[in-house]
Amino acid sequence: MPPRNFLPVTLRTLVAWVVTLLLFFPLGWVFLTSFKTELQAIHVPPLFVFHPTLENFSLVQQRSDYLLFARNSLYTSVGSTFLGLLIAVPAAYSMAFFKTRHTRDILLWMLSTKMMPAVGALIPVYVMCQTAGMLDSVPALIIVYTLSNLPIMVWILFTNYKEVPGEILEAARMDGANLWKEFRHVVLPLTIGGLASTGLLCLVLSWNEAFWALNLTSAKAGTLAVMIASYSSPEGLFWAKLSAASTMAIAPIIVFGWLCQKQLVQGLTFGAVK
Amino acid sequence: MAPAVLTLFLWMIVPLVMTLYYAFVNYNLLEPGAHTFAGLNDFRYFVTDPDFWPAVWNTLLLIGTVIVITVVFGVLLALLVNEPFPGRGVVRVLLISPFFVMPTVNALLWKNMMMNPIYGVLADVWRAFGATPVDWMTNWPLLSVIIIVAWQWLPFACLIFITSLQSLDREQMEAARMDGASAPQRFFYLTLPHLGRPMSVVIMIEMIFLLSVYAEIAITTSGGPGNASTNITYMIYKQALLGFNVGVASAGAVFAVILANIVAVFLVRIIGKNLD
Repeated sequence: MPPRNFLPVTLRTLVAWVVTLLLFFPLGWVFLTSFKTELQAIHVPPLFVFHPTLENFSLVQQRSDYLLFARNSLYTSVGSTFLGLLIAVPAAYSMAFFKTRHTRDILLWMLSTKMMPAVGALIPVYVMCQTAGMLDSVPALIIVYTLSNLPIMVWILFTNYKEVPGEILEAARMDGANLWKEFRHVVLPLTIGGLASTGLLCLVLSWNEAFWALNLTSAKAGTLAVMIASYSSPEGLFWAKLSAASTMAIAPIIVFGWLCQKQLVQGLTFGAVK
Repeated sequence: MAPAVLTLFLWMIVPLVMTLYYAFVNYNLLEPGAHTFAGLNDFRYFVTDPDFWPAVWNTLLLIGTVIVITVVFGVLLALLVNEPFPGRGVVRVLLISPFFVMPTVNALLWKNMMMNPIYGVLADVWRAFGATPVDWMTNWPLLSVIIIVAWQWLPFACLIFITSLQSLDREQMEAARMDGASAPQRFFYLTLPHLGRPMSVVIMIEMIFLLSVYAEIAITTSGGPGNASTNITYMIYKQALLGFNVGVASAGAVFAVILANIVAVFLVRIIGKNLD
């Protein structure tokens, strides 16, 4: 029996770990730098061993009220996820189960709007927010995020619902199930994984969104992306504080992503992986 | 169910219609007053801008290169971690991490801590090999942006390929080996065709997001030096928020939508069958 792989296991393990550590290095480095003093942060050559300090984290909280920005991030991403699902689920449902000639065209058109640079819609959206008195408010951001995530959400849900065999629905209808019962007891249990991953993806995208947050909000409703931007001084030599702020901004979503990665991938594959 | 689709339709079409309207009027934030009809002037102005063709080229180059890098290395990485080895779970978790990093943080960390020509880690690596550190943002602006964006999207591609490889028929593989198929033959005749569908998904999703790369450029190079790393999105941004010319910026946005649709049609022709 020849070995299962053309690369012996030890060599493969080594290569995999080296490549992974190289790819992860920038993130690890930010984490490390957040425990340095400013002088240590720009030390040449870069320091790997040093006396860690927690000072940066408290400085970030003092200077820019991390907790407020974190709360805004949480509200906007959770809010837009729920609102998005509320609209996307019925839309995808009708597209998958009541198909017409134009369904495919509508889906593709929706996706193509996602390719439009957000800046193209910035002025109209800004004017609308201003008119409604919703500049720098969490609800406005929730609405905009919902809007920009909808195409992707509908598409993922659509690919999920399409996998449900028509016969099962037929049988349910024969037994007198109405639309709600059909959804609640037949479709939902079969596609709960897709629903979860759609929500997760929307959560991640909203948490990381920067463009709208930067242009529509400031001190009151700003998200963590806005907080981070305030640390990009032109000289960029406050690396320790920048690193601490970055670590605080990305840690929640990374840990969340690690915990949910299996669920998330399932949705991201858009039904491509059977 | 029609109301849901209708809401969706309205939600998306209102900004689009407003953009279309602005694209055909004279509208500059510095010149308040009536929006007079401008015909195709906004479009002409946008297309004849000296930055226009470089921006189109940069946009396509950015998309193309990042997609090639992420797909090729994504497949290689996925093959590497497909079979069990010590610490595979941890490797997977570390590999996926960059995908969750917000673009602003991503850009800031690469610009400062990695690519800074004096204090950056890469500069130190260069010195360790006796080379002169590279001033990335000045000398290789587009390449820098490509590296930064590719780093963020590699985990996404890799993860999808990993998931796909899990469903590869192992008995078929075994049979091919028994029949004397070499490793490259097994790769090209079994693995690669199996990855066709996930590849088209990766390409499509990345295309959607890469067409509007913004933060990575705004924070690192601001599109420069000159227009060396300006893409269409950033060019529109410059028109709208730095030039205050809403009309021309909207014309640019309309152009971007058209470009996106051309790309989409092209894409559907080639790989669309995989998405049905």
